[in-house]
Amino acid sequence: MEFFERFAVPHPSPAIYASMVAIVVVSLAIVVGLTYFKKWGYLWREWLTTVDHKKIGIMYLISAILMLFRGGADAIMMRAQLSMPENQLLDAQHYNEIFTTHGVVMIIFMAMPFIFAFMNIVVPLQIGARDVAFPRLNAISFWLFFFGAMLFNISFVVGGSPDAGWTSYFPLAGTEFSESVGTNYYMIAIQISGIGSLMTGINMITTILKMRAPGMSLMKMPMFTWATFMACVIIIFAFPVLTIALLMGTTDRLFATNFFTSTNGGMDMLWANFFWVWGHPEVYILILPAFGLYSEIISTFSGRNLYGYKSMVGSMVIISLLSFLVWTHHFFTMGQGALTNSIFSISTMAIAVPTGVKIFNWLLTMWKGKIRFTVPMLYSVGFIPLFTIGGVTGVMLAMSAADYQYHNTMFLVAHFHNTIIPGVVFAMLAGLHYYWPKMFGFMLNERIGKWAFWFLSIGFVLAFFPMYITGLDGQARRMYTYSEATGFGPLNFVAFIGAGLMTIAFCIIVYNILYSIKNSPRNVGDDPWNARTLEWATHNPVPEYNFARTPHVASSEALWDVKKNGHELFKGDIEKIHMPNNSGVPFIMGVIFFIAGFSFVFALWVPAVIALIGIFACMVLRSFEKDDGRYISVEEIKATESTYGGANS
Amino acid sequence: MKIDHTQPLEYGTHQNQLNILGFWIFLGAEIMLFATLFTAYFIMEHRTGNGPTGPEIFEISPVLIETFVLLTSSFTIGLAVHAMRIGRKKAMLAFLGITLLLGLGFLSVEIFEFMHYYHVGATYQTSGFTAALLTTLGTHGAHVTLGLFWGLSIIIQVAKDGINARTANKSFIFSLYWHFLDVVWIFIFSFIYLKGMM
Repeated sequence: MEFFERFAVPHPSPAIYASMVAIVVVSLAIVVGLTYFKKWGYLWREWLTTVDHKKIGIMYLISAILMLFRGGADAIMMRAQLSMPENQLLDAQHYNEIFTTHGVVMIIFMAMPFIFAFMNIVVPLQIGARDVAFPRLNAISFWLFFFGAMLFNISFVVGGSPDAGWTSYFPLAGTEFSESVGTNYYMIAIQISGIGSLMTGINMITTILKMRAPGMSLMKMPMFTWATFMACVIIIFAFPVLTIALLMGTTDRLFATNFFTSTNGGMDMLWANFFWVWGHPEVYILILPAFGLYSEIISTFSGRNLYGYKSMVGSMVIISLLSFLVWTHHFFTMGQGALTNSIFSISTMAIAVPTGVKIFNWLLTMWKGKIRFTVPMLYSVGFIPLFTIGGVTGVMLAMSAADYQYHNTMFLVAHFHNTIIPGVVFAMLAGLHYYWPKMFGFMLNERIGKWAFWFLSIGFVLAFFPMYITGLDGQARRMYTYSEATGFGPLNFVAFIGAGLMTIAFCIIVYNILYSIKNSPRNVGDDPWNARTLEWATHNPVPEYNFARTPHVASSEALWDVKKNGHELFKGDIEKIHMPNNSGVPFIMGVIFFIAGFSFVFALWVPAVIALIGIFACMVLRSFEKDDGRYISVEEIKATESTYGGANS
Repeated sequence: MKIDHTQPLEYGTHQNQLNILGFWIFLGAEIMLFATLFTAYFIMEHRTGNGPTGPEIFEISPVLIETFVLLTSSFTIGLAVHAMRIGRKKAMLAFLGITLLLGLGFLSVEIFEFMHYYHVGATYQTSGFTAALLTTLGTHGAHVTLGLFWGLSIIIQVAKDGINARTANKSFIFSLYWHFLDVVWIFIFSFIYLKGMM
């Protein structure tokens, strides 16, 4: 029994026991369901072993939506706890665990896979490629992310959740103050999915640099491809810093080294610096692809080409550079001195300039356009004013002297949610509606989608704008309760109502998906939005080879050229197409990584070593494997093309 | 697979070109990885707590042997790639073998060096300085160890299949990796050992 005691949750509650039961029931239901409907083979052949960028993208998308609800459950519990003064719903320990997992899940396991979903689905189509440069590596990236997320998510029923904040500052996150294995989960789960992110970065950069269709020079790439490219460049430079920081944090916790301790020469501020040298670029990794999606959507639904293409690209390059020069602004109050703080104040405010350029470009794209207020466009139009408010409060926070007032208050919480929700989440939802027909061949219902948009926007304003006020009045973040005398009660109750409206909005979106699966007409054609870029020049849903013939591109709006200038996109005859083979190894590697990670979390060295050997065995196996892929014959392509009504055949 | 004969064999197919570019980007990430380790080391260099300082534990002879052995291995893998380009399989295998033996020699001396640190009281847990030192050296050493296994599997494949677009591509990428480890070692030698001993 002693062996099993280490897996017990140190601070249990009825809710956690209920979750355990729920997890077991749901897992059983999935296993029974798959067996009953004889879907195991289908699941393995079509999804678990796939190397198709579109299917991998869809798996990212499903994971992201699941994690959105996981992180959302944390959020609604936090707002419920704070809705009234001296509320007893949660105790301090549970509140700590919840705000920690909320942050990690939303950034690492919701926002990241969401952008990877669109990168995977859209980028090869936008540049006219058959797949990404390394399809097998792409599958490994996904499974590392997935099993990293699973490892993180079992923490609350096996061994206890991390509770040192999503930033996990040392010495709080050290073994002295965080005794449970929770922070081990944090270090190792993020490490595993971080390796996946890094490999996605390498994959996308190579794809974009080497696999563009004939005629597509760098400055003719659609804006989302540019945004993906810049985000991946940031990934290459930022994620290794996180890798090392997490490695050091892990050895501090597991092997009692002295990187971040307060004794024997350790330096706790080293963690804070490393974390934010990764952490600040990370938020630009999220926002740049979001900007890219807005650019595509605003241009499409305004019926005009994107205003200021070159300045859009230039501003992204400048944002990427500046993103590495501002990390200290996350801890102005932690003792750098006036000169350092001033420098980082200025570099932080400088980011507002290229971002402002982009805002004006979007406004000028819409100027005099015939705007169609579809759901994706509504999100994009809602984004502009809401995100601008978030940007302005960001400049307020950037003033280091004033930051002593704002630091670690609800004002900060309001600010970053104000940038991430209208910035990233709105973009992801806009992209979800916009690219849904691309992925599945039917549209999401517009009317239900608009309801969700209004619930989400109003809910967002109600949930976060009151926090600006309570924050300025001094309500600290990460405090599980407050006294009635503070007067924070009514505004926090408003925030709770807002969070409730947002919950309803997300439920409406899921309802919309289910409703549209059942009721939406199929056969929407290849170009349901009257779009402008290359991804809409192939069929919906996209055949596995993407384009029957390689497109020849003449501008950044390849499809618009076809429609307005009579440009001939597809020339020549159909030829056989080379495709990569499926493989089960990426999935198996993910499982082994999960076992290795779990063993490290609990310091079970024997299984950890065995699992590491298993990982190397997979790599050696891959080295010796001779897999030159397969060819799709001309007859097969022609047969597939004719099922789509022959628009491009 | 179409092979383009105007290019060296390792660049011969489109996928080969992708592999090489992708690996260069990976090396970019590796540079960031080691840059972070060096940053940590420079910050921790004098944070020795109750433990020994750098000048007290560094010894010049094992470090010189390691440097000499590893730099030589970088030369021999260059020769291996040259042999590959002129299609001399036996010479290529011989030079790859010598490279790996030199790598093994490097690793043995490094293990000896780590044991020395342990005996003079500079363990992983001793201080911020020793943690940063041993993590930086250890990460490099782990890369060399991985390289030994990687190189071995490439030798087997070249011996079995000969020099073709596939094995040439693998060997070339492995040589990039090996040169990179050498470059990192030059920085370790200069900025950890020499700086620490002066």
